[in-house]
Amino acid sequence: MTAAQAETAAPAAPAVRKRSGAAARTGWTILAWLVGLVFFFPVLWMVLTSFKQERDAYTTTPRVVFTPTLDQYRAVFSGGIGTAAANSAIATVFSTLLVLLLAVPAAYALSIRPVKRWRDGLFFFIGTKMLPIVAAIVPIFLAIRNLGALDNVWSMVVLYAAMNLPIAVWMLRSFFLEVPRETLEAARLDGAGVRQELTEVMLPVVAPGVAATALICVIFSWNEFFFALNLTATRAATVPFFLVGFITSEGPYWAQLAAATTLASLPVLLAGWIAQKQLVRGLSMGAIK
Amino acid sequence: MTAIAERAVPAGTGRGSARREGWRRRGPLMPALIFTIVVTQVPFLLTLYYSFQSWNLLRPGSFHFVGLGNYAAVIRDAEFRDALLVTVIMTLGSAVIALVLGTLLALLLERKVLGRGVVRTLLISPFLIMPAAAGLLWKTTMFDPVYGLVNFVLQPFGVHGVDFVARFPLASVMTVMVWRWTPFMMLIMLAGLQSQPTDVLEAARVDGARPFAAFREVTLPHLRPYMELGLLLGAIYIVGTFDEIYIMTQGGPGTSTTNLPFYLYQRTFQGYDIGQAASLGVATVIITFIVMTIALRTVFRLFTETEGR
Amino acid sequence: MRVSGRRPGRPTMPFRAGLTACGLLLATACAGAGAAGGGSGQVVTVAVVSNPQMTDIKTLTPEFERAHPGVRVKYVSLPENEARDKITQSVATHSGVFDVVMISNYETPIWARNGWLTDLQSRAASTPGYDPGDILPNISKSLQYRGHLYSVPFYGEGSFLMYRKDIFAAHHLTMPAHPTWGQVAALAHKLNDPAHDRAGICLRGKPGWGEVLAPLDTVVNTFGGRWFDPSWNATLNSPEVNQAVSFYTNLVRTAGEPGAATSGFTECLTDYSEGNAAMMYDSTVAASTLEDPTSSKVVGKTGYVAAPVQRTKHSGWLYTWSLGIPKTTTNKAAAWAYTQWATSKQYIKLVGDKLGWARLPPGSRTSTYQLPQYKKAAGAFAGPTLDAISHADQSHPSVKPVPYTGIQFVDIPEFVDLGTRTSQQFSAAIAGQKTVTEALAQSQAYAATVAETYRTAGKG
Repeated sequence: MTAAQAETAAPAAPAVRKRSGAAARTGWTILAWLVGLVFFFPVLWMVLTSFKQERDAYTTTPRVVFTPTLDQYRAVFSGGIGTAAANSAIATVFSTLLVLLLAVPAAYALSIRPVKRWRDGLFFFIGTKMLPIVAAIVPIFLAIRNLGALDNVWSMVVLYAAMNLPIAVWMLRSFFLEVPRETLEAARLDGAGVRQELTEVMLPVVAPGVAATALICVIFSWNEFFFALNLTATRAATVPFFLVGFITSEGPYWAQLAAATTLASLPVLLAGWIAQKQLVRGLSMGAIK
Repeated sequence: MTAIAERAVPAGTGRGSARREGWRRRGPLMPALIFTIVVTQVPFLLTLYYSFQSWNLLRPGSFHFVGLGNYAAVIRDAEFRDALLVTVIMTLGSAVIALVLGTLLALLLERKVLGRGVVRTLLISPFLIMPAAAGLLWKTTMFDPVYGLVNFVLQPFGVHGVDFVARFPLASVMTVMVWRWTPFMMLIMLAGLQSQPTDVLEAARVDGARPFAAFREVTLPHLRPYMELGLLLGAIYIVGTFDEIYIMTQGGPGTSTTNLPFYLYQRTFQGYDIGQAASLGVATVIITFIVMTIALRTVFRLFTETEGR
Repeated sequence: MRVSGRRPGRPTMPFRAGLTACGLLLATACAGAGAAGGGSGQVVTVAVVSNPQMTDIKTLTPEFERAHPGVRVKYVSLPENEARDKITQSVATHSGVFDVVMISNYETPIWARNGWLTDLQSRAASTPGYDPGDILPNISKSLQYRGHLYSVPFYGEGSFLMYRKDIFAAHHLTMPAHPTWGQVAALAHKLNDPAHDRAGICLRGKPGWGEVLAPLDTVVNTFGGRWFDPSWNATLNSPEVNQAVSFYTNLVRTAGEPGAATSGFTECLTDYSEGNAAMMYDSTVAASTLEDPTSSKVVGKTGYVAAPVQRTKHSGWLYTWSLGIPKTTTNKAAAWAYTQWATSKQYIKLVGDKLGWARLPPGSRTSTYQLPQYKKAAGAFAGPTLDAISHADQSHPSVKPVPYTGIQFVDIPEFVDLGTRTSQQFSAAIAGQKTVTEALAQSQAYAATVAETYRTAGKG
């Protein structure tokens, strides 16, 4: 929703209250900016630190003025973040595609009544999300070892898909529920089959929902740490795993660490910033339906 | 509400076509269902199997059946109970604090604030930061006893050289959790506020309701499902917290920040007692399942309200 | 429920967002793929612990790859605790993820007995110029199982006490050549000056059996404590152990570094080399970093004396980071080629030539200590290092006899777990989260469970 919309939503204030309204507005603005900056500060500090020399990073009085340098970024790149980023990107993109491939039909099936016990189905999906995955790590580890797929980025694709599938099904289902009944009914009267119904009637309407769901999947896959830690080593090491290894190998060098964490967070940060409105809608859908 | 489907299904003739229609409708669900079962449920069954074995990976040839022996050990395990307590405190504490803060922030952003888009962008950033990176960042640049910013900022209040992660480990980890999840809660509450029918609010205002009363009578009930959703999703993710603990404290000092996932990890990959670790895992699953069922069926109306459709 | 006022015909914005996200990710993928860059032939995957010496070997690895065309080396380097978990996990499950692993004198005999490691004896003996007889005897012995080497040392270490000669002189204090812990504690309290960011002594407090337990175990030993008595009874509840742990905890809490409970080897090394500690009791390899002008502000200011004692004649641990080849490694020839290169005399000289003579991986070979350049660069600490290593006795660590070998560890498979859990307790005591008595009571319970299996199994 846009600012303009909020503007119209606001009640037309009587003329007498205009001045106090302006004062309040200034007050709220200052407060909002203050809070926003407090929350953002650790991120800002990370980015600032990443442009420092190490000696500027270690000061008991934090240094704000310094000569910026790209040395830390150079060091991080030569430390091999490129390979890790490539692995993370493959795992993220393909697992998200796999999730959509599986979740769109499932959510569709769950959004319309004829699937008996749909509630149990939905319950099942959400339920799997609540089970601690750590509890199953040994069988998963041994199974992947037996398949010879340890340290293989495609194992990550499959596991990340499984990890994100429940939430995707849930989110997509609520988007499907938004499709106006009349449209569906009309399509059915025209004799549309399930596939047509899905691709021609529903998908165009729920496309924003699909985008929002994909974004959530991207965030969680890119940031995933536990599987990466236990199931990868060199060839398939993803960014979070790289972060642990690279950083500490250099000792507690904060500036370099800040450069690495900045690079690691950047893709999702940018994607999230660009698509924040979809985030709002996507996350909330489950509540309304 | 009536569903189209109810009208659509009886339109078929005879039993066979009804069944075919059923499969036609159920079919799309199958790939996701099978995939989920194979990738997430079969390993749990294997965990169940291992939980009846004694198997220490560091002692080759130690694999043998012990029945319920591992479970007897789980019941005696004081650390398991500690980890359970830490998990409950960490999950509920972080989720509730994040929800309250997130709601307040959402209400603040709903005001006529200049540059609202920018402020929102600033506010959602913590949620987008990689958890492993967030853990590293807070452990070093924020909480460090000598060069950390938190110490510097609190200096005027007589704080000097406090090693936050060592002295207040659970609070430190929870600070990071709250920092990361508040934006998430805020996003959900924003969606809730934006979907609020303005006419009702206005009606309340015309009726002369004071702003706070209007908030309590109109806005809050409307926000309730959103709060439930935020709490539920937040709890689902926070209960499985591993990254920040692994990076910031490794469960310590002592076992003060060892939650269930981290405890299971330690038992598995430091203890290598697979049977024991599996029985702990099964116990965790059972506890989670009970809590989840109770929570979903009583506290949360999310699922029940859709019943009518 | 209300249908929201969204206009259905406008999927462009979210689509654009989705596309942007995908595009960004794929862009990084391409950038990464470019960086990963071709290269065919065999890949030797090596898991190492991220210490400064391992950073050096990464820098020098192109030399190896030049000498062995067709072999490429890939490293996974992690901090000590994490590396240990990951390496043990991969070897114990025969995952074959790593071709060469960095292990120690703790893992080597146990894993060799389990049949997890490749016997390196004949390869070491038959490789020209490798000269396994040159490996320091005490180190070599600690890496053998039934008289055969199952891993070869990258570097070796004992422990000694480092102190700032300049600070001592300024305060008119002198350090005895063989100090007792009582003397060290008194000195630490005199020199502790938190207002000027100077700790009296830096001691490890970070959990992990390779971290806080290493120095603490030597204190326990020299105070007369032990883990188990000869009939496998856990003895962490004995007065000697309590006295030792209380002493250590008190010392680090009253005259130690800030953030002690999260300080390990690396953190203490940073503190001391930044000039923030008057003394440090730690590994002998710390000296290489302290005397290196690029990493230290206290070059030439440090004196080195033997590990402090109380009731034993010598204290101090014995440890070596060594390279082993798991049984599952398919290309043993390439793996050995790398392993022998990394632990050879030539590599040691290469480090000297390229990176500086003070940075040689110390404590592994006798010949290192005969290099004239090294004698010159490491004159201050070479002698004390050799003394520390040769005086360490893994079979008789304490005053009273014990049923296990190992000084700062107990050489049983369960010790990874036992050591980690007890170290968490001690770390909590150092952080002030628990009393020493509580920490020891919990630790005793852990140790008793382990001891039980040895009593019932009749092993020893």
